[in-house]
Amino acid sequence: MSKEKRDIWRKYQKSIGDDNFFFVRSCIRQNFFPASEQAFLHILRNELGKNVVEDARHTTCSGIGYHSDVVNFDTLQTIIARHFALMTEAKLKNVAISCVTSFGLYSEVLETWKEFPSELEKTRENLYKATKREFEIPENIAHCSDIIYKFREEIKNKEKNRLVNAETGEPLKIVDHIGCHYAKIFPEYGEGGAEFPQVLTGMIESWGGQTVDYPERRHCCGFGFRQYLVQANRGYSVSNTYKKLQSMEPYKPDMIIANCPGCTMFIDKWQYTISELEHRTFGPDKTGIPVLTYEELAGLVLGYDPWDLGLQMHQVSVEPLLDKMGIQYDKDKKFADKSGKIFSIPKQPEYIL
Amino acid sequence: MSGFGFNISKSSTIEYKPEDFQLANIIEENEPTSRLCISCGSCSATCTGSEFAKLRMHYIHLYVKRNLTDKIREELQNCMFCGKCQLVCPRGVNNRNIIRLLWENI
Amino acid sequence: MRQYDTKYQTVIIGGGIAGMTAALQLYKFGIKSLIIEKEDKLGGHLIKWYKLFPGFVNADEVVSNVVSELIDKRMQVITGAEVTSIDSIYDNYIIRTSSGHSFEAESVLLAHGFKTFDPTKKEEYGYGLYSNVKTSVEIENILKEHSNITIPKRVGLIHCVGSRDEKAGNLHCSKLCCVSAVKQSIELKERFPDAEIICFYIDLRMFDNGFEELYMEAQIEHGIKFIRGRLSECSQNIDGSLVLKVQDTLTGLPMNVNVDWLILMVGKEAAKLPKFDKSIDVKLAPNKFVAPENIFYNPNQTSQPGIFCGGTVSGPKTIHESAADAKAAAMSIIDYLNRK
Repeated sequence: MSKEKRDIWRKYQKSIGDDNFFFVRSCIRQNFFPASEQAFLHILRNELGKNVVEDARHTTCSGIGYHSDVVNFDTLQTIIARHFALMTEAKLKNVAISCVTSFGLYSEVLETWKEFPSELEKTRENLYKATKREFEIPENIAHCSDIIYKFREEIKNKEKNRLVNAETGEPLKIVDHIGCHYAKIFPEYGEGGAEFPQVLTGMIESWGGQTVDYPERRHCCGFGFRQYLVQANRGYSVSNTYKKLQSMEPYKPDMIIANCPGCTMFIDKWQYTISELEHRTFGPDKTGIPVLTYEELAGLVLGYDPWDLGLQMHQVSVEPLLDKMGIQYDKDKKFADKSGKIFSIPKQPEYIL
Repeated sequence: MSGFGFNISKSSTIEYKPEDFQLANIIEENEPTSRLCISCGSCSATCTGSEFAKLRMHYIHLYVKRNLTDKIREELQNCMFCGKCQLVCPRGVNNRNIIRLLWENI
Repeated sequence: MRQYDTKYQTVIIGGGIAGMTAALQLYKFGIKSLIIEKEDKLGGHLIKWYKLFPGFVNADEVVSNVVSELIDKRMQVITGAEVTSIDSIYDNYIIRTSSGHSFEAESVLLAHGFKTFDPTKKEEYGYGLYSNVKTSVEIENILKEHSNITIPKRVGLIHCVGSRDEKAGNLHCSKLCCVSAVKQSIELKERFPDAEIICFYIDLRMFDNGFEELYMEAQIEHGIKFIRGRLSECSQNIDGSLVLKVQDTLTGLPMNVNVDWLILMVGKEAAKLPKFDKSIDVKLAPNKFVAPENIFYNPNQTSQPGIFCGGTVSGPKTIHESAADAKAAAMSIIDYLNRK
């Protein structure tokens, strides 16, 4: 890949907020990668000294409901407007959004309000009638990966581990997967546009790794909400992730990172499902390719303990990767809680590590 | 563990590998006018077989070229060998010979 | 240092086939003209082409025939100079060039041609990212120079790159790319007889004499494959070959095709007009090419009296169409000058 590629994306620089963020959480990220959001807040507040405000009264953005035709558009607009009202109450103007689907919805709603001001008026009315709240439109919405991307150099300056193979010094080959709702709907809302998004590539390269360009790089992981939620259709979802994994296999990636929590969950857990259904595993030692969120990656780079980052919750074990990076961890503490007591240990799958 | 309640879907993407397409190579070598087909559909429009059954000559051309042999078998049995497709073809494709070759080789 | 006059009856902007043909036609009627060409050599885009459709005539031959006639008749030409501004002065025009010259002209002929679409804008096609993605213009050069290159096993040609494309900003059809693709596919097959050549098209616009016959020749004699389906994205395999994701629209199934070379048939866009002063109004068509006053009765007169258009400035044309258009433009100019 030539140097010109690195310069094409400069045309798509989007503005990302600097400080004073109103943080909205992600349903899936909190549940499946519990330490990710804590890591994000810790990095922003304690490492970078930023002001990030959370409000306990914020709810789900109802994205899962909306994309499954359970929640209608008016309700969605009102829910999002309520979050903006909470943001206005906290006297903030920048929103930091943890989930990519949420980010897509916020962009969609803001664009709708730009093109159809009557919808904005209707939403103001609805919100007032329901909750007596009023809101202002935020100046800037950014996905949390954009924010980490923006401060990647600052994180690099504090790094304890680089994304290199500790033995050979070679940069790790990392596949970056961008959630579809990040830039495919509104390319100008994505850092680097829709074809070659830079948000994860920038982080990887800044921290010493190397991205992998493979044919199915832009392919959707297959989540699809409506497809995944109904068990009979789930095979259709899984097939897409299978297609991606097959396509990246010849490049022998060391890990996959994704900015969307759904994608991360999928590509991680489906490796188990695929190993059972198709008897096929991936990865350099056929033990599976570890899939991390970008917050966990940032945490590893900053030297946090892997078990504090919640890496034990991943389907594909990360120990081979940690060994490769030369990160120290305590094997016995993997399934232990803070006091040192071991809670239950999950059963070992047949084909995958 | 099994019994997930679903299976992995089979991909519908054609992987274009003409080196492996034996039937296509036979047809192309023995009836070079098959190269001229542009899928205009005149053949299928006039086809006797397509009145009451599924038989579309221009699709058969495509199935041959993309190696979708099962689909060829499905439609080929409805052909009455009347020759109307050849009569009406604007490019002079020898359709009857192609049908004959397919019967021999499929 | 060449000496030029200061006043001309016609100044022709552009020394391509249209500009040169118009100058020669004007000469036959005793009109003195000056050609201003921005490149160092006359001939325009024609000097880049290898062979012309439909008969595979050498482009060099066509250029040298016309240029030698110009030299023969000792016509006035400036090369290596760009027109920096055109201002109106009473009934005439003042043309200034980057070489520091200034000419007064009773009439101006815009014959500065077209520019090709820059496919870097279509990121998903990989031009500029993968080295084996080339444009149709680059292929002409490769065929012409007989460069020593690794032989490809499969070549894909993509029609409609930058044309008929809302995302690229060009809704119009560039007319010539389809027949160029058929021509180039034949030339490539002759150069690489064992390669498989595939054209990925949406429609095949074989509009002129001999074009449809060329298409049939490509299919039956050279075995060129035609797949109806526009390229959606191009990615690179680990061995360096390119994988194309197309929809085989005729079977209705998605298809992945591995190619060694990808050739983009780039479209034709309007070239930048010279800088006019505020009183000059040369109207453009919605596709940004120059709009003629009336396409039936006055196809070479622009909306500004005294400024004419010839060749591809008013829309994509084949070379013989450009030449014919240039002669018609010359006749319009003669009529205008007579009535002045």
